[in-house]
Amino acid sequence: MVPSAGAAQIAGLDVVREPAALRRHIGVVFQAQSVDPKLTAYENLWHQGHLYGLRGPALKQRIEEILTRVGLLDRARDRVETFSGGMQRRIELAKGLLHHPEVLLLDEPTTGLDPGARRDLWQYLQILRDQEHVSVIVTTHLMEEAERCDRLAILNEGKLVALGTPTELTREIGGDVVLLEARDPEKLAERIRSLFHVDATVMGAHVRLEIENGHRFVPDVVEAFQGEIQALSVSKPTLEDVFIHRTGHKFWNEGLVAPNGKKNH
Amino acid sequence: MATASIPATYPQSAGVMLPAFTLWWREIVRFYRQRARVAGVILSPLLFWIVIGSGFGTSFRSGEAAGQQHYLDYFFPGALVMIILFTSIFTMMSVIEDRNEGFLLSVLVAPVPRSAIVLGKVLGGTTLAALQGLIFLVFAPLVGIHLTFGSFGLVVLTVFLISFALTALGFAIAWPMDSTQSFHAIINLFLIPLWLLSGALFPLSGASGWMRALMYINPLTYGVEALRTLMYPAAPSTFSLTASILTLLLFTLFMFGLAFVMANRKKSSS
Repeated sequence: MVPSAGAAQIAGLDVVREPAALRRHIGVVFQAQSVDPKLTAYENLWHQGHLYGLRGPALKQRIEEILTRVGLLDRARDRVETFSGGMQRRIELAKGLLHHPEVLLLDEPTTGLDPGARRDLWQYLQILRDQEHVSVIVTTHLMEEAERCDRLAILNEGKLVALGTPTELTREIGGDVVLLEARDPEKLAERIRSLFHVDATVMGAHVRLEIENGHRFVPDVVEAFQGEIQALSVSKPTLEDVFIHRTGHKFWNEGLVAPNGKKNH
Repeated sequence: MATASIPATYPQSAGVMLPAFTLWWREIVRFYRQRARVAGVILSPLLFWIVIGSGFGTSFRSGEAAGQQHYLDYFFPGALVMIILFTSIFTMMSVIEDRNEGFLLSVLVAPVPRSAIVLGKVLGGTTLAALQGLIFLVFAPLVGIHLTFGSFGLVVLTVFLISFALTALGFAIAWPMDSTQSFHAIINLFLIPLWLLSGALFPLSGASGWMRALMYINPLTYGVEALRTLMYPAAPSTFSLTASILTLLLFTLFMFGLAFVMANRKKSSS
């Protein structure tokens, strides 16, 4: 791949100048399936090992080790087409990890998984990070997944808009997020702006604002606009708020553009 | 930085042969796990040869060279090449499927040179096509073909070269494609005429004008011609055996080069 601009390094290797050496150090788990359903779990990994130059008894031992790790050793001789979605994903993971990569890239790995399988996967990623010290890079558009990472980068339309730990990012919003539901949100937002001198934005039927000491603001605003506010909520900022704050994205009324959260353990 | 590291005994690169072998192996395993394909390999050659050969034989009797050869006999090498053509080209449909199923992506991110991918896939298709061709040779004695040890060896070589060339051609066509439908369109538009104008159905000597010119520049003609010369040494031939096999060899090398160039093309989109 030829980059359109800039330079990139992974594990100290330049992606443009040393692609071959680099490939050796990274494992990739794709969003789409990449296992061959006509082959057994063992055969898929055997094939994968050969692509990385592994062979013979060392490869056999490693395959058994990794299948034990993902809990599929007893299914080693079964064709992958007979596996459930979650099991196939575990084989994908085993494929990506077979050659002991230092960096593991996962592209929206939980897509299409049920909540149980999703939790298992995340638990395993945490083990990888803590015990095997693999750097795990995950892309996701689920904010509750993004919360779990050590370092988070938010990309919007191909540009980096935020980088830091989830705590750092949510802290910078300061104070609370107040959401007001109103019959005429445009009018309400405008009046809040002129009365309280805060930046209120309209998102569909809601008016959203970021304010310190939200609990003190609430009685004032309810008092000021009696009968106009139908519902109200105060919350601590989440990564979703960070996303809105940084991109100015109004997802409710502009159609959904998937925020590309990028997390890095 | 991560302390996870590659064990020292692990190789830095897989080289060419091991990945090529494993890709070849996968083609073969996938083939025999799809029972319909296995059945097709055994039955379709026989069916094609008998149905087409018998049908044409009775309708084209006057077109035969000197009338000493039955059409079923004349058609035998042509049927062999048709079988190879179909098997070679259709196995390379797996390139499109691999791409769409995401399998190809995982091969592309591995430290594997593109030449290994081309070699593994093409040799896989070649093996299947050549095997099918050789199975068809079982019927050779039925049409009075009796090969010596030497000529059998040359037939195997020719079958291998044709298989390799056509599989490589299939690879080169399939690589940039994203749908099997468009692949079929190319087969009908381009590959069927290639076979029709190879001397498989009617002899070079019987064609005239532009048709004859097309047959001369068709590389497949030399494959058919080589097989026919080997199987019927007594029958008249247009080219010498050496010339046919050398032309075929050049065609094969060119096709492999083409497949290699296609696989190495930089794509702006992934």
